[in-house]
Amino acid sequence: MAIRKLLVANRGEIAVRIIRAAQSLGIRTVQAHSEADADMLAVRMADEAVCVGPAPAAQSYLSIPAILAAAEDTGADAIHPGYGFLSENAGFARAVAEAGLVFVGPEAETIERMGDKAEARATAIAAGVPVVPGSAGRVEDAATALAAAQEVGFPVLIKAAAGGGGRGIRIAHDADELAQLAPQARSEAQAAFGDGGLYIEKLIVNPRHIEVQVLGDGTQAVHCYERECSLQRRRQKVWEEAGAFGLDAQTREALCESAADLARSVGYRGAGTVEYLYDDASGAFYFIEMNTRIQVEHPVTEMVTGIDLVAEMIRIAGGEPLSLTQDQIAVDGHAIEVRINAEDPLRQFMPFPGKLTTMRLPEGEGIRFDHFLYEGYQIPPFYDSLLGKLIVHAPTRDAAIDKMAHALEALELGGLRTTIPLHNALAADAALRAGRVHTQWLEPWLEAGNLTAAAEEA
Amino acid sequence: MPDIQSPLPGTFYHAPSPESEPFKKAGDAVAPEDTIGLIEVMKTFIEVKAEVSGTFDGFVAGNAEPVQAGDVLARVT
Repeated sequence: MAIRKLLVANRGEIAVRIIRAAQSLGIRTVQAHSEADADMLAVRMADEAVCVGPAPAAQSYLSIPAILAAAEDTGADAIHPGYGFLSENAGFARAVAEAGLVFVGPEAETIERMGDKAEARATAIAAGVPVVPGSAGRVEDAATALAAAQEVGFPVLIKAAAGGGGRGIRIAHDADELAQLAPQARSEAQAAFGDGGLYIEKLIVNPRHIEVQVLGDGTQAVHCYERECSLQRRRQKVWEEAGAFGLDAQTREALCESAADLARSVGYRGAGTVEYLYDDASGAFYFIEMNTRIQVEHPVTEMVTGIDLVAEMIRIAGGEPLSLTQDQIAVDGHAIEVRINAEDPLRQFMPFPGKLTTMRLPEGEGIRFDHFLYEGYQIPPFYDSLLGKLIVHAPTRDAAIDKMAHALEALELGGLRTTIPLHNALAADAALRAGRVHTQWLEPWLEAGNLTAAAEEA
Repeated sequence: MPDIQSPLPGTFYHAPSPESEPFKKAGDAVAPEDTIGLIEVMKTFIEVKAEVSGTFDGFVAGNAEPVQAGDVLARVT
């Protein structure tokens, strides 16, 4: 069923992005918004707007009945969930389908399957995708634990089988440490979860985070190459690139093909991302999870491949097959995205929901700023701090870093404190330019005072 | 009667979690470094310190209510 009228069940910059894509396809748009978001840019751009509840997201953007009622009231025939909020809620996807509407994303069953850690891992193994080596299920005694650790190789993580959220995790570097720590982990797991079962997993030291963009139409699936997202603070990505630096052609091909294989094996429909840990020391990569939605950092992939991922996912949801075959997808140059957040990086990243007084945007070929701002806009305090994403595209990675430094200089958001000073310092950092970074790099770099030193010099 | 004002716009909470007791009840002693509530701003929780000493008189802003920077959250006598 071709989509005629699309309800955007999200806010901020991604709502603006979805409206642009829908407009390019000649689809009418309805912007759902909370009471606190009546003046946001996406509301001004959409053909229609509908209030779905009060400021707290739980009563508006996360309310399935409110979103469904808004679609019905406005005669929308499809719903785009964006990222966050209800985008990976299988119950929502099912409710949308049961209401006779199109959910712009995969089947509810796919969301459920990839959202369950154990099932996602089993699905990856079945599709031939490498996963982090670990014990085959629980280890019940010291001898089994040691055998499992020797099999995957030290150092290993000792995890509670019933645990979650990092509780009770210990690192053993050798057999002696394992013998000493495993009983402690067992009694702690017993006390915390009423289950002393343990699980052994290989510890990947200082891994990089590399992910692969995929597109599927339910039958065919392709990959749109990889992104490097190793620069993270509190598990939030800060600076993202396409492609990943320093991968040889063979590894890149194997990594990207494995993501497309996984998507194909589950009959994936829409845009998705397969995330991996990459071990620089060995060149090995390991599946961690699949995100069944569009991601914040999708623009870097769009810049290097020329594919409009959001338009493509809307087309697919409307019943069209993939518009591209794998051999038509190629990478041109290098792209970098930085997240401009309403946070003061010089004051422990304290949120700063101020009023934007003046705005000056960088312009030029290969520069893009995805945002939801206008002069006079008061940033609401109720939602996350992402204001926009500055994206640059250049022939080489070095040229892209230079271009980012210049684009950041030209970007002015008056009246706000933002993460621009952080990105200025990163763009000038020699280790980042040399690609000597990993997921555990940025937090110690900040703690060592690199940002403060750079800000004082500036 | 000193007022405790909100340092930031956001959502004000009287207690550390929905199941917990409020940080302060009327009649409780207050020291400047005591936390009297939380402001949720952009998915981050910021502790609100009393910054005065005295006796807690009560909350002015409701629990889980939106507040603006400068709004009176509570009173201390």
